[in-house]
Amino acid sequence: MYSNSISAPQKGKTDLVIARDSTIDEFAGRQQQPLLIRLCHWFNVMFLAVMAGSGLQILTAYPALGPRGEQYSWYPFQNVAPPSWLRIGGWLAGGRHWHFAIAWFFVTNGLIYLCNFFASGEWRRRLFRPRRDALNAVHQFVYYLGIRKSPPPEDFYNGLQRLSYSGVLLLGVLMVLSGLAIYKPVQLHLLTLVFGGYDGARVVHLVGLCLFGIFVLIHLVLVSSHPRALLAMITGGRSG
Amino acid sequence: MADQISRRKFLSAAAAMSLLAGCESRPATHFLGLMQRWNERVEKAMFSPHRLAPELPPSATTPESAFPAYYISDSIPVTPANWTLKVGGLVRQPIILTLAKMQKMPRTDMRVQHHCVEGWSAVASWHGVRLSEVAKMVGVDPRVRFVEFKSFDSDYWSSWDLGSAMHPQTLLAYGFNNGPLYAEHGAPLRLYSAVKLGYKMVKYLTEINFLPNQTGGYWENQGYEWFAGV
Repeated sequence: MYSNSISAPQKGKTDLVIARDSTIDEFAGRQQQPLLIRLCHWFNVMFLAVMAGSGLQILTAYPALGPRGEQYSWYPFQNVAPPSWLRIGGWLAGGRHWHFAIAWFFVTNGLIYLCNFFASGEWRRRLFRPRRDALNAVHQFVYYLGIRKSPPPEDFYNGLQRLSYSGVLLLGVLMVLSGLAIYKPVQLHLLTLVFGGYDGARVVHLVGLCLFGIFVLIHLVLVSSHPRALLAMITGGRSG
Repeated sequence: MADQISRRKFLSAAAAMSLLAGCESRPATHFLGLMQRWNERVEKAMFSPHRLAPELPPSATTPESAFPAYYISDSIPVTPANWTLKVGGLVRQPIILTLAKMQKMPRTDMRVQHHCVEGWSAVASWHGVRLSEVAKMVGVDPRVRFVEFKSFDSDYWSSWDLGSAMHPQTLLAYGFNNGPLYAEHGAPLRLYSAVKLGYKMVKYLTEINFLPNQTGGYWENQGYEWFAGV
């Protein structure tokens, strides 16, 4: 049980018990990964892959950060084009066509996911909430580092899962906004200003892509060591 | 210079590849065409004729040697003797303008950010006459929806929506960074605008036509989007 194995202060412990109990009631009979979430997940895999590949094709035309004459000295890959096997679209115009076409599907899919996330109550068992999840996330991380011998208790997800899955949602929002800022730096110039201007928005957009890449790599490694989680994302998994 | 050559090579290779891609998968091409038409409608809807790009301080100016200069000819296009600008199409009074005549018209100066389709930005100040001033002079017919720009850079051309062409930050520029326009930047006269990507801003202008229909463009006809607003 979650509540028994955490040595939290008494008050926090009570909160945890309440949160856990209401979660059980609410999700009784519901699959681990309901159909809509599975659909959104697998569509997102396709859309994200095309967005990343076509984005790298666009980057290839000017694989540098910073305005002309003032390229940023901190960026280690200045004027280094991404490898061709990672690119989609064949040339700059092709990359742009794919990017701006699939962007609509990526955003629509994300909005469907988010609407469902909140309307269905799924957010209660998925969203990272610091008071509930922060300590658990730290323990899980320490366990992955091999310092802690046993994983912390988890109910639906552990704290670290909630942190990464919530973080990547936020990253998606950030990518859409920074992308818009690059797409229309004059018509949306206030948004562009938020990202530190056109070249700042390009930095955010590329760093965001790297974070997506890191997330996907870690996600794949962890999922391959927990095949039941992968199965649940295909079949829905057991009902809680 | 090496930069220009490599760009030309890159773009012509890329154009060949787009043809290949077209042969490869017709459904994909069809899908992308559909989405592009949709995106063009969205771009037009997002464009406001009154929204101005921020004017930048002198300190934002890009060092001149770092401001790229592209043209499609093999070497910098040379201004023909007796150069003039023909302004025509569906207008009440077609005219032929000389540079001297243009320099006597109301002058506009602006320092704005340049956005290239490749992803780079740069800043310069540009000096010239608003295209809307020239439109007033010739009297544009109400049926006009597009403006076509032709050049002496190996027949490079482009066409614009009337709204972007009449934007207060769309100039026929004869000056660059408080001096005359350099040959590599499109002398004697080029189109410059804060609201379009670089390839829409035709250099080495020879002719401007106000038209009821859209006439494509050099890059546009090879697959780059036609509206290309920023």
